[in-house]
Amino acid sequence: MTRHPVFSRIDANLATLLIGAVILWFAPAGLKSYGLYVISLWLVMSIAAMGLNLTLGYAGLKSLAQAAFLGIGAYTTALITAKGGIIGPGWSWPLAFVVSGAITFFAGVILGFPALRVKFHYLAFVTLSFATVMFLIFRNEQWLTGGVYGFSNIPRPSVMGSKLDNDLAFFRFVLVVTVLLSLAMWWMLRSPWGRAFTALRENPLRAASLGINLRAYTLLAFAIGSAYGGFAGALYAPLVEFIDPAPFAISASFVLLLTVVVGGQGYFLGPFLGAAFSYVLPEVLRATGGLYLLIYAALVLILLLITPQGIIGIVEKMRENRRQKAAQEQRNASKVMLEA
Amino acid sequence: MDQFVQLILAGLATGAIYALAAIGFTLVWQTSQTINFAQGEFVMLPAILVLAAVKFLHAPLPVAVLMAVGGFLLLFGFGFKQYIVNPMARHGILPLAIATMALSILMKESAKDGFSAEAQQFPSLVPEGAIQLFGATLSLRDIAIFVVAVVAIVGLQLFVTRTKTGRMMQATAQNPTVARILGISTEKMILLTFLINAGLAILASFLISPVYLAKFSNGEVIGTAAFIAAIVGGFNQVRGALAGGFIVGLVDNLAAAYVSSAYRAAVPLVLLVLVILFKPEGLLGSKEERTV
Amino acid sequence: MNAHVNLPASGPVLKVDGLKKHFGGIKAVDGVSFEVFEGEILGIIGPNGCGKSTLFNCILGQLQPTEGAVTLDGEAITGLFPAELNRRGVSRTFQLLQVFPNLTVRENLILAGQEHQGSMLSRLLGPKDAGLTAEAEKMIGFFNLGHLADSKAGGLSYGQQKLLDAAMAFMAGPRLVLLDEPAGGVNLTMLASLKERLEAINKEQGATFVVIEHNMDFVMSLCSRVVVMAEGKVLAIGTPAEIRANPAVIEAYLGH
Repeated sequence: MTRHPVFSRIDANLATLLIGAVILWFAPAGLKSYGLYVISLWLVMSIAAMGLNLTLGYAGLKSLAQAAFLGIGAYTTALITAKGGIIGPGWSWPLAFVVSGAITFFAGVILGFPALRVKFHYLAFVTLSFATVMFLIFRNEQWLTGGVYGFSNIPRPSVMGSKLDNDLAFFRFVLVVTVLLSLAMWWMLRSPWGRAFTALRENPLRAASLGINLRAYTLLAFAIGSAYGGFAGALYAPLVEFIDPAPFAISASFVLLLTVVVGGQGYFLGPFLGAAFSYVLPEVLRATGGLYLLIYAALVLILLLITPQGIIGIVEKMRENRRQKAAQEQRNASKVMLEA
Repeated sequence: MDQFVQLILAGLATGAIYALAAIGFTLVWQTSQTINFAQGEFVMLPAILVLAAVKFLHAPLPVAVLMAVGGFLLLFGFGFKQYIVNPMARHGILPLAIATMALSILMKESAKDGFSAEAQQFPSLVPEGAIQLFGATLSLRDIAIFVVAVVAIVGLQLFVTRTKTGRMMQATAQNPTVARILGISTEKMILLTFLINAGLAILASFLISPVYLAKFSNGEVIGTAAFIAAIVGGFNQVRGALAGGFIVGLVDNLAAAYVSSAYRAAVPLVLLVLVILFKPEGLLGSKEERTV
Repeated sequence: MNAHVNLPASGPVLKVDGLKKHFGGIKAVDGVSFEVFEGEILGIIGPNGCGKSTLFNCILGQLQPTEGAVTLDGEAITGLFPAELNRRGVSRTFQLLQVFPNLTVRENLILAGQEHQGSMLSRLLGPKDAGLTAEAEKMIGFFNLGHLADSKAGGLSYGQQKLLDAAMAFMAGPRLVLLDEPAGGVNLTMLASLKERLEAINKEQGATFVVIEHNMDFVMSLCSRVVVMAEGKVLAIGTPAEIRANPAVIEAYLGH
């Protein structure tokens, strides 16, 4: 009996996540350092996209600043963990991770306030402005961020006294953090909060009439989504070991938004698919020389024309059709019983 | 003081360009709920097309201009509406907006990979030179930009308010459902706004490229300025976009002179955020609906 | 008014006092006063544009009244936000369909109840159904939506969505429920079942109702008292029988 399709769908998400994690733990054993870098990058950007998916896909708030939060997390982590930094290399990464999340959480709360006043596209432009200002700060405040020369020698974190200089070990570390953050997101989305976020997106007026505190949930969606950007930044900095402002520019925020929509906004696994499309595919396309961005943009356009609900939208549509067919049959059957 | 006057006059010229882009942006938004993130690239591309026709097809300049205008109207007036906006429109604002983002990358990269990554000279009809006005030095090109853009905008305004087609287009923009009931072919009117948008972009492109050179990345600045202009002026008003264009042009030029160059780009954005927070319907706009 | 002195315990649940809402020069609601008592079903009728919906929106905090006061159990609630009002036990249905199409029927109901208990934190860390599955099942059974519990609300028929809308309003055990045209667009069979369900829930939960409705038969048979509005003012208040016999009402409805 398919009695609880929604609940079983959520469990399918969890199962996919855990099975995927196990496979990823063992799969890359043969990969060279570049391959490990690419799949680590995929996971890191999936975390950033997961946060944006909460803000955008579940709560319906359009943010064009996710790359700026990624940047805040990356620079915070660099400033704390680098040699000569606030604490320096060694055990400091977990602290940097928490601080990155906290700073971006509060930045998200502040940025969320306009969301209480203005609607749809206006909010996109407020966040766009924030992202631009952050980019200018990353670029111009050389004493803090290294400016256009960047911030180098960001160390890999240490776990239980041993430094994760080995790329495979660091990848597995990224994987573990990704899984933990995904589990937290999964839990939140299936909790009453998840329902409230969805209600916020679908019909705020009705949600308010059911006692849902729009203000609190709007700010939470924004803040938690931003914090995931910060968490991703905390992993991004040690992954690339050198950061400059470029990957946190406006265009990078656009690409993250694209990632969420292409993957399937409002679907738990959408960000992973989207990030594979936006960050792994271009690496594959690098073989085509300078044309990779062009090909990527063309593919996005074609994909959106085929399925505006994103990659996962195709799967969901098929599943929904099957479900409705089953429900229809059940209804017909009960009708027959009633008439008999 | 002289410098100030000069900045104001130069700001009006820049503002006229922004206004052209912002008006097209607003028209397209009004009739089809398209937020065109590729608007800046729309202004970047026509000049590149002209240069490409000269370079690759060895066409004489007037022919190249004709080819670029025709090709651009076809691709980014008609084609944009028919093959990107139409199929995506029923899925809501966001997927379409994302598609235009992808389109903007596509246009930018095509210009870069297909033509040149370097800034290129673009021929100007107006000679270099300057005149003195109110004690300020003013380049002839700035004056030409201002005059041509204003003539175009006034012409557009006359078309919209004085001709039957223009009024039908306006009706479609304001309320497509009612327009349809009145027997207006809204499909045609929407197409018309896309063609006008493309036309305004071509004009802006030909005006600005002689001054700032033709480069694949030109759209970034112009696109952002056009958004800001449209919102500051009032998202649902053509005259708002016009006013917004001039305001942003002025702010831009004044900021360049009086704010540290490092944070110059942030000034129009601060203006934008203030308008959004305190007068979200725009300085000249009318309220669309009330948030409870 | 010395009724208060004599009967302090059984004051009105809802009291609307001199409520006005003006939009520019238009006086949509122009000095409306009435009281609703414990367990009562009060109907509000009147021609289109008489200010019924504006009145509802003012009571429910969706609009700020220009003047006047609204009290719930003697406490001023004028101008409170809708969410706050709802947590104080004022619930509503909407004239136009307002269910969450991408949530299932059960999820819609759980959503309607979840903010009435626990804290934000307990809603994050606690069970995903907020302990409301049993309550939701009861509502589903009560409104005959059993076979649809796991269907997305967006796929339900109009009448079924109306039932769900009503069920959501009762989910949190409200003190006062304002129903905006519950019978609008509902077919006759469904209408009878809706009326019967409303009456039952009024008795069982002891909830107090205020109902805006165009369907005269529905109002007259469901309500204990009826307020007649015209042009933003109260034209008459009384039992259905009194209203039927009121010459001013007959004039207003049949006069032109």
